[in-house]
Amino acid sequence: MLVAAAALSLTACSGSPAPPGEEVEGTLTVFAAASLTDAFTELGEQLEEENPGLDVQFSFAGSSALATQITQGAPADVFASANETQMSVVTAAGLADGDPEVFTRNVLRIAVPEGNPAGVTGLDDFAREDLALAVCAPAVPCGAAAEKVFASAGVAARPDTLEEDVRAALTKVELGEVDAALVYASDVAAGGDAVEGIAFPEAERAVNDYPICVLASAPNPTAARAFVDLVLSAEGRRVLTDAGFLAP
Amino acid sequence: MSRAREGARVPAPLLVPATVGVLFLALPLVGLLIRTPWSQLVPQLTAPGVGQALRLSLVSATLATLLSLLLGVPLAWVLARSRARGRAVLRALVTVPLVLPPVVGGVALFLVLGRQGIVGSWLDDAFGITIPFTTTAVVIAETFVAMPFLVISVEGALRAADARFEEVAATLGAGRWTTFRRVTLPLVAPGIAAGAVLCWARALGEFGATITFAGNFPGTTQTMPLAVYLALQRDPDAAIVLSVLLLVVSLGTLLLLRDRWVGRAGAA
Repeated sequence: MLVAAAALSLTACSGSPAPPGEEVEGTLTVFAAASLTDAFTELGEQLEEENPGLDVQFSFAGSSALATQITQGAPADVFASANETQMSVVTAAGLADGDPEVFTRNVLRIAVPEGNPAGVTGLDDFAREDLALAVCAPAVPCGAAAEKVFASAGVAARPDTLEEDVRAALTKVELGEVDAALVYASDVAAGGDAVEGIAFPEAERAVNDYPICVLASAPNPTAARAFVDLVLSAEGRRVLTDAGFLAP
Repeated sequence: MSRAREGARVPAPLLVPATVGVLFLALPLVGLLIRTPWSQLVPQLTAPGVGQALRLSLVSATLATLLSLLLGVPLAWVLARSRARGRAVLRALVTVPLVLPPVVGGVALFLVLGRQGIVGSWLDDAFGITIPFTTTAVVIAETFVAMPFLVISVEGALRAADARFEEVAATLGAGRWTTFRRVTLPLVAPGIAAGAVLCWARALGEFGATITFAGNFPGTTQTMPLAVYLALQRDPDAAIVLSVLLLVVSLGTLLLLRDRWVGRAGAA
């Protein structure tokens, strides 16, 4: 009985593959952290190709904004958060179907505009007053990770702006309006040629685990399971790694 | 609806939609007030940064309104009175900030006034001035988004005003500038006041262009809407308290000013 319950709870969220006869179709709504934009869009297109009757809709935003929307009754099928804290907002409200599963991890990187005009070399540069610097606000996951990294490295950061989500910070690097921003490794990959990434050793001290789960009130639970399965599959991992994420 | 007794009686076909309209606009406010955690009111309001954000909001919205008056009233005059060709295009341009999503407006401001922007890079090279991430950037973003409200109101007032007063002033020997100052301006003063109020209110609530172009930093660029948005990420109750505070202060200010202006305009 106990074993059965444990097995159930293990598979509850990722679920078993959709039983034959249950068509993956209709509309699937995925709420996902802004940093997952490129990887999840690709996976969504794959799932749509495999299931012609399926339409995958994404809402990419800061995880905390998404968690708030879900607790306020947003009709989402899947929630993928950029950290455990925001996922726990959803699980604590009893809105997750089973236990969330960690599907990927992300570390911070320093993003600088192409050519690194300000000659940024490491985390210490975030204490320089002469640079224009962007860091995420402490209320969002990338900001919480940034605080942790600065604290453990003993850097008194002097950012010019505390961005509302990681993509907003990246945009300011892409436009060349800041000399450096602290974003995720995956965002540097997404930034393309306009952005260069600088790894720094202290990043290991703030690794973000990304949990995903089907929501209890999912309007389309079959498609939701199929999507979560794809994210957790080898193919899902390949897409995520290509996008700069780390294996869980 | 008690006001109906004093003035004209409201025709029934207007009464129903008007009531629905009031409810539609007022109920979200009621919702906010119901959800307000009153016991947390004092600790939330005295939390560090709240006073700072409120002061910054009021100062920057007021500066944006003054800037809009300075530039917007003359622009409205050109739109309403000048017979120059291309006025239709000009009017369409003025409404661009109204239809542009404010976040896009913020990016557009970067492309012009940012460090790499057309004008901004020159400002940086020539004078060492960089605008983004400063309070100046907040005022510019708010002005960009709010000024069209003023321009459209004032243009409407100018069109409605009787141009014969200006013609008479001209025949009596008043120059065009004197006519504008002594005749036109007093004539459309209520319209300017209404436009300024709209402009101020829009500037006070501005979020998208501000957070994009000016960023978000307590004390320099974090206005109340930005503080509310970020509080929402962490503590929805705090966000509600801050929203109610912003509403109370802005509604209070508007009511106070309205009484004064309406009185003055009536006397004038």
